[in-house]
Parts: sequence; C-alpha cells; structure tokens
Amino acid sequence: MTFFKVNNLKVYYPIRGGIFRRVVNHVKAVDNINFELKRGETYALVGESGCGKTTTGRTVVGLTKATSGEVIFNNLDLTKCNRKQIHESRREIQMVFQDPYSSLNPKKTVYDIVAEPLRNFENLSKSEEREQVEYFMQKVGMSRDSLFKYPHQFSGGQRQRVGIARALTLKPKIIIADEPVSALDASVQAQVLNFMQDIQEEFGLTYLFISHDLGIVRHMCNRIGIMYKGKFVEEGTREDIYENPQHIYTRRLIASIPELDTDQHQNSELLRKNIEEEYQKENDKYFNEDGSVMDLKPVSDTHFAALR
Amino acid sequence: MSNDDILLQVEDLTTSFRIDEQFYPANDHINLDVYENEIVAIVGESGCGKSAFGHSIMGMHHQEQTKISGKIHFKGADLLSYSNTQLNKVRGKEISMIFQDPLTALNPLMIVGKQIEEGMKYHTKLSKNKRKQKAIEILNEVKIPQPERVYSQYPHELSGGMRQRIVIAIAIACEPSLIIADEPTTALDVTIQARIIDLLKELKRRMKTSIILITHDLGVVSEMADRIAVMYAGEFVEIGEVKRFLKNPLHPYSKSLLYSLPSKNNQGEKLHVIKGVVPSLNHLQRQGCRFKPRMNGTDDSIHEETPTLREVEKGHWVRCTCYKHFQIENSHQVVEEEKDDVFQGQ
Repeated sequence: MTFFKVNNLKVYYPIRGGIFRRVVNHVKAVDNINFELKRGETYALVGESGCGKTTTGRTVVGLTKATSGEVIFNNLDLTKCNRKQIHESRREIQMVFQDPYSSLNPKKTVYDIVAEPLRNFENLSKSEEREQVEYFMQKVGMSRDSLFKYPHQFSGGQRQRVGIARALTLKPKIIIADEPVSALDASVQAQVLNFMQDIQEEFGLTYLFISHDLGIVRHMCNRIGIMYKGKFVEEGTREDIYENPQHIYTRRLIASIPELDTDQHQNSELLRKNIEEEYQKENDKYFNEDGSVMDLKPVSDTHFAALR
Repeated sequence: MSNDDILLQVEDLTTSFRIDEQFYPANDHINLDVYENEIVAIVGESGCGKSAFGHSIMGMHHQEQTKISGKIHFKGADLLSYSNTQLNKVRGKEISMIFQDPLTALNPLMIVGKQIEEGMKYHTKLSKNKRKQKAIEILNEVKIPQPERVYSQYPHELSGGMRQRIVIAIAIACEPSLIIADEPTTALDVTIQARIIDLLKELKRRMKTSIILITHDLGVVSEMADRIAVMYAGEFVEIGEVKRFLKNPLHPYSKSLLYSLPSKNNQGEKLHVIKGVVPSLNHLQRQGCRFKPRMNGTDDSIHEETPTLREVEKGHWVRCTCYKHFQIENSHQVVEEEKDDVFQGQ
C-alpha cells in the first residue's frame, strides 16, 4: 500500500484579459508532477523562488485547490473527497510555515495558538487540553511560564518552535515544512533542525521539506526532487543528486552553494563559469524549444532526470 | 600591509542607543582598520551590533536616540566630527552602502535610471546626457542585459536579483573607495547569490574598492572576504585572515558559529547548538567575558576579568583567554528549558 502519493498534479492560475475578462492563458505554477513519500523519510522539494515548490506544499495540505491530478493518502484522493473527509485528513497532514513572525496570531497567547487544533478536532475537557498543550510545549523545549505569553515576546527560534508544537498537537503522520529555517540565524537554525530530527524519530513523522538551501537539504533529507518552472527536472536519493547530478539545472544549483573550504575557491569559481557557459550553449540538450522542461527519464532505479 | 594603506580606521568607537531614558552601548569600544582594496567581513548573529557598526560609519543613526563617541578616520579626517552637510559630501561619493532588501531600498515611483543618477547629480557636475550615458555604462558593468531598456523601467518590473544589481549600481555610481554591504545576498536565491558574489568580487578587483561586508553567512564570507571580524554583543571577539580563520577558529563563539553549519562532513549528524540567545542591550552583562553565559558549565577561572583583544599570531586577534580551554562537543545538547532568554521586546 502506498503511504502518500502525488499523481499528475497540476495547479494552473488563469490569466484574464479582453473586455469580458475571459481566460486567455494560464500560469502553470505546478505542471504535472509525480512523487511519493515513504513512511518515516524526509523528502525535499528544492528550487528557486517561483518554481512552484510552495504551491505544491500548499496543495497537498489543501490550502490551494488543484486544477487536476490526485493526492493520495490512506487510499483516499484528497483533491476529490468531500468536506468531512478533508477535515479528517487535515489531522494527519500538518504544516509548518516559513515565517514565524507572520504565521502566529499576534493577538492570541501561545497557549491558545497551540490548543487551537485540539479544539477543532477533539472534545477535551479544560484540564485534558491543558495537559496536552503542556506536554507538547515541553517537547519543543519551552517552559511552562511561556504558555500565557504572546508571540512578540519570543525570539524567532522560539516562535518557530511554537509553530512546530502547533503542528504536532494532533499527532500527524506527515508534516509539510515550508522553508522552516530560512528566516532564522545559523545558530538558531541548527537548533530547529536538530529538534526536527529528534521529533521525527520520536513520533515517526514523515517530512515534506521545502527549501532552496541545498546545504540544509543535504543535511536533512533522504530523497530530493528538484523543481524548475513547475516541473521536476531531477529526482533521486541524496547520493544521486549530490554525487551524480545529471541535469544542468541541478549542477548549477549545487555549484552555487558557497564553499567553506577556501582552497576550493579557484575550482568552484571555474566550475560555476563552465556550467554557466554550458547552460547558455547546450540549452537544447536539456530544454524543449519553448524553454520548458522535458519528461523525466530513469537514470537508475532511484534516480530520474529530465533529459532528451 | 603597511600603515599607509589604511583607508578607514575606527578607533574606540562606542555607539549607544536609548532605551527608557538610558543609553546602552550596541558597539562597545571598537577598533578596526580597513585597508585599501580589501574585503572585511563582519560576522555575528542578529542583534550583535553588526548593522549598528555599519550605520555608525555612514552616520545614519538618529541623533537624539544615539550617542556616539570615538573616532572614525577616513582619508585623514574624522567622520564623527563632521556636520551633516560635510557628511553629505562623503556619503554616496566616497562611502556608499548596499542594503539588504532590494525591494525596500529602491524608490518604487522612480525609474531605476534616475535612481542611479541621483548620486551623480548631487556629487558631480556632469550634464544630463552625460549622466544618462554613465548610468547605462554602470548598468552594463553590473551585467544587466539590455541596459537601455532597463534604464527606464520601474523596480517592480525587475526580478529580485536584478533589483539587487540596481542597488549595487547605485552604490558604485560615484566610484566610492569604500562600500558597506549590509547582508547583500540574504534575500536572494542561491544561484543569484553566487552571481552577486562573483560580481562584487570582480568590481572590487577592477575598481580597487574596499568593502565592509556585513553578514551572518560564513559561506559568503569564505567566498568573498580577505579578513573576518567576528562580533558578539557589541565587541569583536576575533579578527583574522579568512583562510586561517576557517581552518582554525579560536574563540568559542567563532567555533560554535562554524560548527552549527550543515556541511559535507557532518551529514545526518546533530549540529552544534549555541545555548541561549544574544542578550538584548539592556540585559547584557558587561563585566567579564560576554560569551560566558552561553558556554556550557565553564569554570570562571578560564575567563579573564577584563578581556581584551590580543594578537596570538601575526594578524590574528582573539578576546579573552577562555579559547584555550574550549572544545566543541560532538554530541548535541538536549534543548533545554529556556526561562531567561525570553525576548524583552525592544
């Protein structure tokens, strides 16, 4: 049985024009993508801004409506089921948002923020609710006296942990993490990443990790899908992608990770220049005439790339 | 490097901000030399005082809310003794700034060409046509395709990377000898970041400009900078050459920063975590080693009572003796209850 699968997912936004505001064209934010999550793994969606990775994540939780395609979870197609079924599925799939400054309601106390999912889904008494909230707040390493404080009284890392506590309260199976650390300092980033790994083990979570930072992705993720203009250009395990990248776009992304080893700089600068040249010159090898990405072809059992 | 090559000399600079009728120093007795044709990186977490330092050099602080003392020698004069009118002759011409967020740094109601010309209009006597010609040349220099077309476009018509190039174009319009770049690539995608880094390096090589690079990203530092100065709680804790620093960081704070980054070597392992957060200005303990509260259970005896920057190797300076006794533990610490470091709202 498949745990979680996305089939031929498309999300198009209409462009309207003319006197009658008719639909003249579409922005293809997500264009026919397929991927599968295995239980307990961390899968990364990587790409530059505007490539459709966030839209994919939002569609999976149901924040954006899919134009066509299937999102299969528990043998149920989330894009086509009724409201009650969607409501139930939201228990299992939760989201952690990018910006901890805007994703917490400033008028609510941390207690109310973390308790909200419980109030939506479970009929708990006051004391049971309190017990649950305290349990998860302690799990994310926040003290009891921070329960009745407001989001503005916390630092970015602490806020992000409140966001994670909120996502955890219903004991979901999948957490979609949309750039969970990109708004944080390096030291705080380390804290949140470590912590995400800890709770993954403890609660048996599956992560869909959306990020543009290939350094963090290499650290966190087992399998990686690289997106460009709404399509996958390459998909594979961490080793496939980092040791043996096939598509020029993937190689370009990897070459642009800043290198900490100063002895490598000459090489990396040269490599970047060469890749840039190849990117300009051999465009037709990797992209169709209209500039779109080709279909994925298997390179090995786990590794797929969009090559001619 | 000899003393003749010093372009900017910051001496005993203290910048204090007002919080509730009291002044608290965000930069505490800072000394730094910037040589000609070099890139110095200022590194630290947010709230360490890096940006405050950059703004002090530019004289951008609110006059009633801040107190500044010390000296900033630039080309034989003390910038702090300058009046606003005198400063205006330096700002934008001799020293210019690249801001972090290219969307808020640009005027949305003005075409980008005019924004590049603004500095020239103020500082030079070029005619209107000459200015336009030069603006297009500069657009070319920052590698913007079709500069004639972009010249008359508005910021919202451009992508993030293009906007950052415009901000850089504005900064180099009058060929300054010092550029202060405040997190120039933080808001950008990795591929664009790589190109902006290469562009800044090339500009430095060609125009012989010095750059003060303010950032929290050690990867960017490693790619760009010649020297690094690590700042913690308003003081420099380590200054040295980037190459040597990255191989052998000495101060506990520098080490912690470096080991908290994910890299090829610690794949899948736990990252190093610095306990707690940067203390806010009005809660900072100013006696002794300021990093002590964030080190795990260290003996008081390894710290100096009044730590000073000391030269341990040629050109490599470290504050406090505690670095001799500090080791990064590989096992990560469990996230502890954090009662004390709740932000006190600024």
